[in-house]
Amino acid sequence: MSKKVLLNSKEIEIILHRLACQLIENHNDFSNTALIGLQPRGSFLAKRLASILTNDYHVENIHLGLLDITFYRDDFRRRDEPLEATNTQIDFLIENKNVVLIDDVLFSGRSVRAGLTAIQSYGRPKNIELLVLIDRRFSRHLPIQPNYKGRQVDAIDKEKVIVHWKESHNKDGIYLENK
Amino acid sequence: MKQLSVEHLLGIKYLNKNDIDLIFETANHFKEVINRPIKKVPSLRDITIANLFFENSTRTKLSFELAEKRLSSDIINFSASQSSVKKGETLIDTVNNILAMKVDIVVMRHPNVGAGVFLSKHIDAKIINAGDGTHEHPTQALLDSYSIKEKLGSLKGKKIVIVGDVLHSRVALSNIFALKLQGAEVKVCGPTTLIPKHIESLGVKVETNIQKALEWCDVANVLRVQHERMDVKYFPSTREYTQLFGINNEILDNLGKKITIMHPGPINRGVEITSEVADSNQSIILNQVENGVAVRMAVIYLLAQQIKR
Repeated sequence: MSKKVLLNSKEIEIILHRLACQLIENHNDFSNTALIGLQPRGSFLAKRLASILTNDYHVENIHLGLLDITFYRDDFRRRDEPLEATNTQIDFLIENKNVVLIDDVLFSGRSVRAGLTAIQSYGRPKNIELLVLIDRRFSRHLPIQPNYKGRQVDAIDKEKVIVHWKESHNKDGIYLENK
Repeated sequence: MKQLSVEHLLGIKYLNKNDIDLIFETANHFKEVINRPIKKVPSLRDITIANLFFENSTRTKLSFELAEKRLSSDIINFSASQSSVKKGETLIDTVNNILAMKVDIVVMRHPNVGAGVFLSKHIDAKIINAGDGTHEHPTQALLDSYSIKEKLGSLKGKKIVIVGDVLHSRVALSNIFALKLQGAEVKVCGPTTLIPKHIESLGVKVETNIQKALEWCDVANVLRVQHERMDVKYFPSTREYTQLFGINNEILDNLGKKITIMHPGPINRGVEITSEVADSNQSIILNQVENGVAVRMAVIYLLAQQIKR
């Protein structure tokens, strides 16, 4: 098993700032925008982006939500390991809002598909965009593409992208692991 | 621990503490789901559930049906009063006919003790016991514990008294198992004729004075007097029962503390509990009903998780 560094903490910091700027370009003051992190892994990225937008770019009143997609997944009862649900925290209505779904790695697109269904339980958004930190090209099972992406990676199926966050692993870092 | 240790929910006595924790944790998520603007998730789209009620039920049946619908499963309903059971069909035949229609989960209420266990040995579907005679009613006990936990934070060391017709109550037996498993202290209180002999062997204490029982407890779970199951007179009159074991504001005001009042329903208002108490802010009767849907969703979801195609 080998492990290669895809992005170090400095590069991640630069990419997060770029993604934040791209969001500002399209969403101005964020008054009608909701950032929704897909639980569990997308929530770290969503929180980090929200904090950069607030602290570094002085965007006020960001609507940040965390969405659990467990009950909307299409692989319920088809996996070896049972699914474990996490919390959903969305304390605002998303009716007519511009929603940005946020996840760390886009692989098959199935989590995002589940997220698209799940978000509709909170109303009808005006539109939905997708932001991912790592876009694994050539591995999609569904016709889903990101609007904002940190880095595009060409990885074969037996390789795995591992994302570490300061909040959970003490240090930011993205690795490519060969199983 | 992400999976139940059992294949069916036949009674609380087959569960362990981890199972109960898992059910409650899953129910927390479903409680959030049923408070959303759109209260439905698509998890069980390809699961078919048969609700077989060989005995009358209103709230349990409605609660199960709603839980199943919130999970997007397909449902067929059956009640004995409108069926071939009246024409002499056996339980296995009735159920096998229904299973031939490719049902994955059976929710069953039956007047005979052990009907669920019997069925689980003969058919290939998940069984959820929705009450078997005077034996167990596991989902009621789970939702009762869940509601106490929600109100008091934890069950460990809490004092719960079960008041009333313990002899005929499946709710009481399942509650005793569930509460003991979670570390609560349990007393039962009622006329001696309605307290089963040797109930102390389950680790509960018996109290025949309602005043003392209420002074001791944090929560009182008040049971219905089940006239329909009483083949002989167990107490002289309903009026006397109410005077000795009925819970009213006067008794509660004299306790010097606020206890929580529960009732599994249906309530005989003015018999085991007065309307003022049932509708007071000490009562969590309607919370029990809401939690019932979330807990049943959790049980169905966790059992469905074990079905592999």
